[in-house]
Amino acid sequence: MFRTHALFVIDQNTIDAGAYAVKYELEKEITNASLQNEIKVSETGSINLIGKGVIILVFPDSVLYTNVTVNDVKEIVNEHFLKGRPVKRLVLSESFDIPNITISPAVETTKKQQRIVLERAGVINPESIDEYIATMGYEAAGKAITTMKPDEVVDIVKKSGLRGRGGAGFPTGLKWSFTSPLPGEKYVVCNADEGEPGTFKDRLILEGDPHKLIEGMLICGYAIGAIMGYVYIRGEYNLSIKRLQKAIDDARAYGLLGKNIFDTNFSFDIEIRKGAGAYVCGEETALIESMEGKRGHPRVKPPFPGQVGFRNKPTIVNNVETLSNVPNILLKGADWYRSFGTKNAPGTKVYTILGKVNHPGLIEVPMGITLRQIINEYAGGMCAGSVFKAAQIGGSAGALISEKMLDTPLDYDSLGQWAAVLGSGAILILDQKTEIPDFLRSVMKFFEHESCGKCSPCRIGTKILFDKSMELYKRKLKKQEWEEMLNIANTMEKTSFCPLGQSLILPISSADKYFKEELENYFL
Amino acid sequence: MDKRILQKYPPNAENLLFALHDIQDAEKENYLSEEDLKNIADYFNLPLSKVMGVATFYSMYSLKPRGKFIIRICESAPCHVAGALNVINEFINVLGLEKVGETTKDKLFTVETSACLGVCGVAPACMINDVVYGNLTKDKIKQIVDDLRAKGGSNV
Repeated sequence: MFRTHALFVIDQNTIDAGAYAVKYELEKEITNASLQNEIKVSETGSINLIGKGVIILVFPDSVLYTNVTVNDVKEIVNEHFLKGRPVKRLVLSESFDIPNITISPAVETTKKQQRIVLERAGVINPESIDEYIATMGYEAAGKAITTMKPDEVVDIVKKSGLRGRGGAGFPTGLKWSFTSPLPGEKYVVCNADEGEPGTFKDRLILEGDPHKLIEGMLICGYAIGAIMGYVYIRGEYNLSIKRLQKAIDDARAYGLLGKNIFDTNFSFDIEIRKGAGAYVCGEETALIESMEGKRGHPRVKPPFPGQVGFRNKPTIVNNVETLSNVPNILLKGADWYRSFGTKNAPGTKVYTILGKVNHPGLIEVPMGITLRQIINEYAGGMCAGSVFKAAQIGGSAGALISEKMLDTPLDYDSLGQWAAVLGSGAILILDQKTEIPDFLRSVMKFFEHESCGKCSPCRIGTKILFDKSMELYKRKLKKQEWEEMLNIANTMEKTSFCPLGQSLILPISSADKYFKEELENYFL
Repeated sequence: MDKRILQKYPPNAENLLFALHDIQDAEKENYLSEEDLKNIADYFNLPLSKVMGVATFYSMYSLKPRGKFIIRICESAPCHVAGALNVINEFINVLGLEKVGETTKDKLFTVETSACLGVCGVAPACMINDVVYGNLTKDKIKQIVDDLRAKGGSNV
């Protein structure tokens, strides 16, 4: 037993800030002070705090240190660990929602976020399968596989109202129910090709709680009768790949993947497929093409992957966040899940909030909360000197929204009334200093680069829109040409092969609707 | 090229992306040469045109020799509004290059731009090989380049 646990938040951001160097130093100093049998140093996943340097959580004291450097370590050991006096200057002064860690009930009172998907991120060591199991991990899979029929599993997911968290919001249980009755070889594919600008929720789920995804895939595999699962993960996500691979290896060693899982007839395994940098591969059929070793060109739909997918076999493609919702739904039931969020969009949503707010980062809150609440209650308000001007919701393919929409509930349907989409849950907050034309040219450049070239509306359309948006930015565009841009984007929406080309209309038409006055000043 | 790398994978086209990653990583100049592509095509029993098609489709593969350190600067919207253009210019200036895509004469650095790297929390950001660098400023960029240059001779 250790009297104190020091948890290092290890994610791309804290590694960049030097977390490993500080950890090494802390371990050294703890040994120097002969505290190695009393204080346990471990790693954990990301918490909702970014841009605060190296972060250490100390339990059971519930102390949150931020911006820790190698030079602070001695003081932490001497003052806090030896004498019990936390180093005040390093303790985060703003009120902050510490993850709901069961070690200390006192922390629960500060909880504001509703964490279902991220319940273990920042709490357990993501590289330890024992810690996952100790926190009810793999209970849901055990329950499903040993006590339920596949149809019953599909039914619970259907009743929970869970909708795809990748962007389109298709009901997950319904998707499974199309594939479940089909005979023969079937697959589960987890879409972890997170490329939507401003989105990194899947990365933090993978880095913070990789076993949860494995458990979700296991349940899905059982429900639809699949033999194999694949996680298609973007090539840049090194830490995610490393942690997920370790989790898969550990699960296999524990008999949770492989043959005759839980001593039943059900056998299922998971492999990682690594992407190589192509945004379009986030589209499910392009992703399948890429998994087969081809250029990531989308396929004609229908048939949908649920009927004809990977290796031309029925395949369920679900997002990381979607699958990570599944274990809790199985464990606690559809009604419990429906007690969060709205009627048409139950559950929670993981958002990444970025831009000119005090606490950019990751939050998990019930569906239906407003943008104003997110900014003020969860993201610490606007930065000093920044006034809210616009937000782009759902990544680069999302609409720009203006101040008058700050009180719209964020869920699939309410945003639809403003012709906006929830998309991947990325929220980019822009202040008065951002010029809309400058912003638009960056968005158009992204699409021009990422168009896969398969269909002409998108291949040619993205190029024209990028060129014209550059002219707009340089104040060389006539008003009439702007109308043409709208026309082109409209045509692309109706004629492009996949959602990439279809979605450019959103940023352009929303800029036209809500920021026309500013655009007028740029027209030639 | 070391053909043993290929033999890790069954000669099934599904493993093509993996093979391209591994062969490129093993190449001293971080790219796929024509010879590499021919060998890969032979091994997988695919037409060279098909392997070429895949290698040119994905942005992580390069058919041009690159430096030891590949600097991939994010230029998507969240980094753009945080000043990504200044970051690109600063790297190019510090390294004495003329434009994105070039490699320094000492073959240490190549500057590329990239779509969102998923580290928007520390925008503006870049990745150098496998490591993320965030909250980039003029001073930090110079420091990063100096540090890497000092390490340049050793095997990093």
